[in-house]
Amino acid sequence: MTEEVESLIKKDYAAGFHSAIESETLPPGLNEDVIRFISAKKEEPEWLLEWRLKAFRAWQEMEEPKWAHVHYPEIDFQAVSYYSAPKSMANKPKSLDEVDPELLATYEKLGIPLHEQEMLAGVAVDAVFDSVSVVTTFREKLEEAGVIFCPISEAVKRFPDLVQKYLGSVVPQKDNFYAALNSAVFSDGSFVYIPKGVRCPMELSTYFRINEMNTGQFERTLIVADEGSYVSYLEGCTAPMRDENQLHAAVVELVAMDNAQIKYSTVQNWYPGNAEGKGGIYNFVTKRGIAHTNAKISWTQVETGSAVTWKYPSCILKGDNSVGEFYSVALTNNFQQADTGTKMIHLGKNTRSTIVAKGISAGQSDSAYRGLVRINPGAEGARNYTQCDSLLIGDRCGAHTFPYIESKNPSAVIEHEATTSKVSDDQLFLCQQRGLDAEKAISMIVNGFCREVFKELPMEFAVEAGKLLEVSLEGSVG
Amino acid sequence: MLSIKDLCAKVEEKNILKGLSIEVKPGEVHAIMGPNGSGKSTLGNVLSGRPGYEATSGSVLFKGHDLLDMDTEERAREGLFLAFQYPVEIPGVSNMEFLKAAVDAKRKHQALSELSSVEFMKLARETSKRVSLDPSFLKRGVNEGFSGGEKKRNEIMQMMLLEPDLCILDETDSGLDIDALQVVADGVNAMRDGKRSFLVVTHYQRLLDYIVPDYVHVLAGGRIVKSGDKSLALELEAKGYGWLEGEVA
Repeated sequence: MTEEVESLIKKDYAAGFHSAIESETLPPGLNEDVIRFISAKKEEPEWLLEWRLKAFRAWQEMEEPKWAHVHYPEIDFQAVSYYSAPKSMANKPKSLDEVDPELLATYEKLGIPLHEQEMLAGVAVDAVFDSVSVVTTFREKLEEAGVIFCPISEAVKRFPDLVQKYLGSVVPQKDNFYAALNSAVFSDGSFVYIPKGVRCPMELSTYFRINEMNTGQFERTLIVADEGSYVSYLEGCTAPMRDENQLHAAVVELVAMDNAQIKYSTVQNWYPGNAEGKGGIYNFVTKRGIAHTNAKISWTQVETGSAVTWKYPSCILKGDNSVGEFYSVALTNNFQQADTGTKMIHLGKNTRSTIVAKGISAGQSDSAYRGLVRINPGAEGARNYTQCDSLLIGDRCGAHTFPYIESKNPSAVIEHEATTSKVSDDQLFLCQQRGLDAEKAISMIVNGFCREVFKELPMEFAVEAGKLLEVSLEGSVG
Repeated sequence: MLSIKDLCAKVEEKNILKGLSIEVKPGEVHAIMGPNGSGKSTLGNVLSGRPGYEATSGSVLFKGHDLLDMDTEERAREGLFLAFQYPVEIPGVSNMEFLKAAVDAKRKHQALSELSSVEFMKLARETSKRVSLDPSFLKRGVNEGFSGGEKKRNEIMQMMLLEPDLCILDETDSGLDIDALQVVADGVNAMRDGKRSFLVVTHYQRLLDYIVPDYVHVLAGGRIVKSGDKSLALELEAKGYGWLEGEVA
């Protein structure tokens, strides 16, 4: 495996950053030929092509879901281009001087180091190689532990058995409209495998930031934690990323075998559109994990970006005594819309789930929590605790809560608490009377509101998340 | 320190202050007393710049500056402090974080460097002990789940940390038992240094047994109808406010 990992490193850089791949973009439209083209480009094995085609055929029969509390113009799926090779160096900005100053100002506020700013902004400079040593160090450490962490396109070639066994095992191709679309055309993403009994020696984060650049708009992530292992995975970045693709449909699958633990944290800050509600990313995500006996899956998310968010990270608590957690902060400002929440499906005995969802709405935005707690007949002694809090800033925004509770076992205990509050004038006045300006006051109050969720984030991320809220709320007071 | 001339102010289109004048010199303690609805709390709110309290005419000079021309936070940074009658809770925001942000904002205004976390923590701990609040209160959310007395002591702690030039106490005695009142009064008295001025707004004379004022003003119908020394407070205690009603124009 050592050599394989080694070669992956080289390959990775060759593909991602260094060699001059010819820029190639398919014309808009989706049909079987397009899928064959994508699969061929990626030199995929036959089984994966078939897998994609099966998804595509299912997708053609499906309808776009309309039940979410979001409104956007009809998407013409035939007007989207489904394959775009990485941009050649020649088309990229030569230096940060050529990058939108507003973007740079945001990086500055978030305290993003210079070399990372360059990567995020897609600058074609050698600066990328400054971090190679960091990446290599990480790779060596992971390798020692036997952890596999690589782009999923590489995993398909290097670890076909693992990928074939687990791909689609948690989110089947036909699961839903967007998952089917993703299964048909997924661009890239990450693959993680933690061997039995191994505690992953580091948060899988910094490397990912770098790797993430080329994952494209249909990202696919698969994380398998074998028996008794532990991994903490950090997705996303607090910095807004440049992206010309408006439609994003990602799929994340987590498999936690017996006694394993997966902690998955996300910060999502895609372009939300401008203050008038023009532009912005549509983000339709399917995230789900399956927890076997005594296993634990914990989702923590901070969602501040995208014009439209449709996302319900879920846990299937299959094994007895398995645990699911969902901690979420969803912030919407200006004209953003978010319909987000979770599903906790209790199958095993004594399964437990905790949901803490915090929604913050400002401007004219709309934020909805949608959560399902289902206790199946066999889930003796299952427990769920749900807490849903909404905070409104100003009087033109909206917050909605749609909890679904289905209990088919009389021994289950389900608690649901929900609150809606406003940043009160009295709170603001107290802060201002103590010398704080209104923006600082709002960000402090909002951060306080989110504390329970932030404390679930890895330390470094929590600090960034706090700053991110501050930046995202700019202009919401006035 | 504070010079109020013919101040008129309205709240929600209702005229509350109707030509109020007070002159407070550095180091002085002025008590503002008056019946319910006389405009006592309005005065503190107008001076501190609470949204919705609008000065319509008259002038207020604070340390020589036009106070009414300043933003709420600017007034605070310049050294005006209002101890609230009903301090609000800010859930999840730790007292420590809140206090440090406030002190930093003021220091920045004074072109001083921010205190390090360690320095501030030490200062905050010492100050909390001065108002008999266990330092564990610093870790709790601002006023979150505090009793009435604890909230008031928290206000005094903030006042001590911010070292304002002018302190306005808005019915700080309301809802306090005698022990808490003693702690609050001790805190205030400890801050009397001959330069700092106080405006003590209260309905009852009781507080003035502990915080002895240099002057007592009776506010009725939006104006000062009588001024005197501390003996005026005792007279009010004995006679009530009724005998002054005739003085209201």
